[in-house]
Amino acid sequence: MADPLLDIRDLKTWFRTEDGLVRAVDGVSMSIGAGETLAVVGESGCGKTVTARSVLKLIDMPPGQFAGGQILWRGRDLIPLPPAEMDKIRAREIAMVFQEPMTSLNPVYPVGQQIAESLRTHEGLSRKAALDEAVAMLRLVQISNPERRVHDYPHQFSGGMRQRVMIALALACKPKLLIADEPTTALDVTIQAQILELLVEMKERFGMAIMLITHAMGVVAETAQRVVVMYAGKVVEEATVEDLFAHPRHPYTQGLIRSIPRVDASATVRRRLEQIPGTVPNLLNPPEGCRFAARCGFAVETCRKVEPPLREVAPGHKAACVL
Amino acid sequence: MSRDFLLRRLLIAIPSLFGISLVLFVVLALAPGDPFGELVTNPNVPPEVRLALRAKFGLDDPIWIRYVRWLFAMLQGDWGFSFVSRVNVDTLILQRLPTTMAVIGASQVLAIMIAIPVGVLAAAKPYSLFDQIANTFAFIGFSLPTFFTGLLLILVFSVQLNWLPFVFTTEIRGSGWPWLWEYVRQSIMPVTVLGLFQGASLVRYVRSSVLEVIKLDYVTTARSKGIGERKVLVLHVVRNALIPVVTLVALQMPIVFGGAIVTEQIFRVPGIGSLLISAMLANDTPVIMGVTFVFSCLVVLFNLIADVLYGWLDPRIALR
Amino acid sequence: MAGSTPASPSASAGPAVRAAPAFSPARDAWRRFRKHRLAVASLVALGVVVLAVIIGPVVWPVAINDIDFSAQLKPPSFAHPFGTDDLGQDILARLIYGGRISLAVGLVAMIVAMVVGVLVGATAGMSRGRVDAALMWLADLFLSLPQLPLLLLIIYLFRDGLKAVLGPEGGVFVLIVLVIGGLRWMPVARLVRAQFLSLREKEFVEAARALGASRARLVVHHILPNALGPVIVAGTIDVANAIIAESTLSFLGLGFPPDIPTWGRVLFDAKDYLDVAAYWSLFPGSAMFIAVLSINFIGDGLRDALDPRRVL
Repeated sequence: MADPLLDIRDLKTWFRTEDGLVRAVDGVSMSIGAGETLAVVGESGCGKTVTARSVLKLIDMPPGQFAGGQILWRGRDLIPLPPAEMDKIRAREIAMVFQEPMTSLNPVYPVGQQIAESLRTHEGLSRKAALDEAVAMLRLVQISNPERRVHDYPHQFSGGMRQRVMIALALACKPKLLIADEPTTALDVTIQAQILELLVEMKERFGMAIMLITHAMGVVAETAQRVVVMYAGKVVEEATVEDLFAHPRHPYTQGLIRSIPRVDASATVRRRLEQIPGTVPNLLNPPEGCRFAARCGFAVETCRKVEPPLREVAPGHKAACVL
Repeated sequence: MSRDFLLRRLLIAIPSLFGISLVLFVVLALAPGDPFGELVTNPNVPPEVRLALRAKFGLDDPIWIRYVRWLFAMLQGDWGFSFVSRVNVDTLILQRLPTTMAVIGASQVLAIMIAIPVGVLAAAKPYSLFDQIANTFAFIGFSLPTFFTGLLLILVFSVQLNWLPFVFTTEIRGSGWPWLWEYVRQSIMPVTVLGLFQGASLVRYVRSSVLEVIKLDYVTTARSKGIGERKVLVLHVVRNALIPVVTLVALQMPIVFGGAIVTEQIFRVPGIGSLLISAMLANDTPVIMGVTFVFSCLVVLFNLIADVLYGWLDPRIALR
Repeated sequence: MAGSTPASPSASAGPAVRAAPAFSPARDAWRRFRKHRLAVASLVALGVVVLAVIIGPVVWPVAINDIDFSAQLKPPSFAHPFGTDDLGQDILARLIYGGRISLAVGLVAMIVAMVVGVLVGATAGMSRGRVDAALMWLADLFLSLPQLPLLLLIIYLFRDGLKAVLGPEGGVFVLIVLVIGGLRWMPVARLVRAQFLSLREKEFVEAARALGASRARLVVHHILPNALGPVIVAGTIDVANAIIAESTLSFLGLGFPPDIPTWGRVLFDAKDYLDVAAYWSLFPGSAMFIAVLSINFIGDGLRDALDPRRVL
C-alpha cells in the first residue's frame, strides 16, 4: 500500500476512573488509504469508538489520556498538535458521523445553521453563501424540499432524516476521511440500508475514505474493503473483506461471522450459532495472556499465559492467535 | 414564537393567581379576631367609612361569596386605605413599587452577571482550583443571611471607611449627574447584598446545568466541526445550559422578594418591603394585605415571563 | 473537593466494568462522605456549636437577663468574653441561650416539613391520576407563594391568638415552626413522589408485590428506605433554611419577643449600635453563619455520600 492517509500506530487511550485505570484502547494499530473503506468491528466496549474519537481528539481529558502511540494524518502526528491546529483538521480533513442521530444535533438551532457553521469557520463563507451551500448539501443527501427544511429544527426531522442531516453536516467541507461511528445502529432496519447506501454513494461522489465503526458483520460485507477486528482494546485480526469471510483465523472473528443472521438458516440453528459464550473481560485488570482465552473454545495452556502478538498469517492478513 | 403560545401561557397563569389568592383568603378567614372586623372597630376609622366597610365586606355573608367579592375588589385595585397614613393603599403601593422593582431588577442583573461567567468557567474545568474556590464562595454566599451581609457592608463601607451612605433617601438635593451619582451610591449596598445572595445560588445552578449539557452528544458534534472551543462553549453549551436556569431564576423569585424585604428594611429603602414591615409594626391591615397581594402577583408575573423566555430559548417548546 | 464525586466517564468514552463493591452501603456512604473535606470539617464545627449551646450554661452560668447598667456596651473582656449589650447583659450567655432556640426551630421545622412532605409525596406517588395531579398542583402553588410576606402575614394574624393559648414563648415557637415547616414541604414531597414513580416499577418491588406484600408494608419496608437518601439531603438543607427564616423574622422584629434572645433577635437589637458596638452584631451573625454554612456543607457531603448521581 502507498502512503496511507491515516496511520494509527500502537495507540493507547486510557481512562483514569475512580476504580482505577481503564485501558480502553491498548496498543492499537491500523491504517486507511485514500478512498478506502475500512471497517472496524467488535462488540460494544471493545474500544472501537474510543479509537475513532481519539483520531479527532474528541476524548475528554481528563479522565482520558493518550498513554502512547501515534496518530499520523498524512505523515503528521495529531497527538501533540495544539487545539487551534487540530481545529483546522476537523471537518475540513476528517469529519465524523455519530451513532445517535436523535441527540447529535443541537436542538436550539435550525439544521441549516448547524451545517453552515463549519462552512463559515473553515471556508470563510458569508452567512448567505453558507446557507445556500447547506441547502445544496441537504439536497445531496436526498432531503426533499431543502430550501424550506434548512430552516427547520432537528426535532422536526425523523431519526433517519436526522442522520442524513448529520451526513450533510459532516461532508459540508469535503473531508478526505469520514469516520462513521455506528451510523445505522440507532435506526430502523429499513432505514439502515438507505443510510449505508447513501454513505457509499457519497464516498463515490467525493472520493473520500471511510472508517466505518460497526458491530454488525453484515454491514461490513456490504460496504468495506478491509476489516479490523477489535477485542478488549486490542486488534485481533486484520484482512481484506473477502479474505476475512473466507478464512477467518481468530476464533473471535469466527464467532462473529457465525453470528450473522442468515435468511437461509433455520431459526434453531441460528440461535445456537448466534452467541459467543461469556462476556468481555474487565479492562481494569485484564487477564494475562490472550484476552479472549476465557471465552475461546480452542484455548490451550499457553493462551492464558502469553499474549499472542499480531502477526502476518498470509499476505495482507494479520491475526493475533497462536493457532 | 407564536401568539398562540403567549396566549396559552397567560391562561396557565390564571389558575396560579387564583390559587395564591385562595391561600391568602384562607389565611385571612382562619385568623382569630377577624382582621376586617378590627378595621371596622378601629377608632381611627371615621363612622361613615366604618359603615361602608361593613357593607362592602358583607361580614355575615357565606364564605365563598366573601371570597369572590374580596377577589374582585383586589383585582380592581380596590384595596381600602391605610389608616396610618390615610392614603389609599393602591396609591401608597404604586408610589413605592418602582423603587422595589429597581432594586430587585438591578440585583438580578448583578446576580446573573456574576453567576453565568463563574458557573461556566467552573464547569468548564470541573474540580479545578477555580471550581473549588467558586464553589466554596457560593456556599458562603448563600449561607450568609442577607441581613447579616447588609450589616457587614454597613460596618465596613459606612462606619469604617465612610464611603457609602447607609440610609437610602428619596430626597436627594440637586439634579443632573450629581443627583444620579448620589442615587447610584446609595443603591450600591442594597443591590450588592441582594445580588450576591442570589448570584451565589445561581452559580451552582449554572455550573450543574453546564455540566449536564457539556457531556451531551451535540457538543461532541460541535467539537468535531473544528469551530474552536470558545464557540463550542458559548454557542452550544452555554446557550443550551441557560434554558433550565431561566426556570430556576423564576423559582427563586419568592426567595428574592424575601431578601428584598429584609434589604429594604436594613437600608431604609422606601419600597413595598419596608412598607410591609412598618405596616405590620403599626397594625395597618389593609396595607399588609395589599402588599402581600402585590408580591403574589409579582411571583405569578415572573413565572409568566420565565415561561415565555423558556419558549423563546427552546424552539421545541414554542413550536409545539 | 468541589462538590460531588468525579463523574464516571460516559459509557462511550470509558467502557469500565465496575468491580463489585466490597463495602456495605453505610460504610460506602461514610467513605464517600469522608472524601468531602469541607463537610467533615463542618461536621466538627457544627458539633462544637451544638455542644456549646447544650453544655454552655454549665460552663458559663451567667443569667441572660442580668441587667448591669455599670457595664453597658462593654467590648469583649475577661468578664464578658463576647461583650455586653446596651443593658449590660452578657452577650455570650444570650447567644448560648438563643442558639438553643435557633437550632431547635431549625430542627423541628425540618421535621414538620419532612412529615408533611413524605405524607404528600407518598400519597401522590401511590395514587396516580387525579389525586396525584391535584397534590402536585398544590406543591407547585406553594412553591410560587411569596414565602416571607406570607410568613409575616400569618405570624402577624395568628400570634396573639396562639400566645393566649400557649404562652408567649411556646405560642411563637409553635407558630414559627409550623409555618416555616408548612411552607417547605414541597421539595421533599416531589422527591418522595419521584422516587415512588421510579422505584415502583423496579424488580425488587415487583418481587415483593408478587410475594403478596400489602401496600402499607411495601411503602414502609421497600420504597421509603430507598427514597431516604435524597430526602435526608433535602432535610439537612431545610434545617439551614429554617434557621435563616427564623432569624429573618426575629431580625425584622416580628419573631420571638425581646426577652428571648435568638440569634436573629440579638442582631435586631444590635443593629442600631453598629458604629459603637460592632462586636454585638458580629458575634450573633457569625454564630448563625457558621451554623448555616456547616449545615449546608454537611448537606453537600451527604449528597455525595447518599445520592451520588445528582450534580446539584
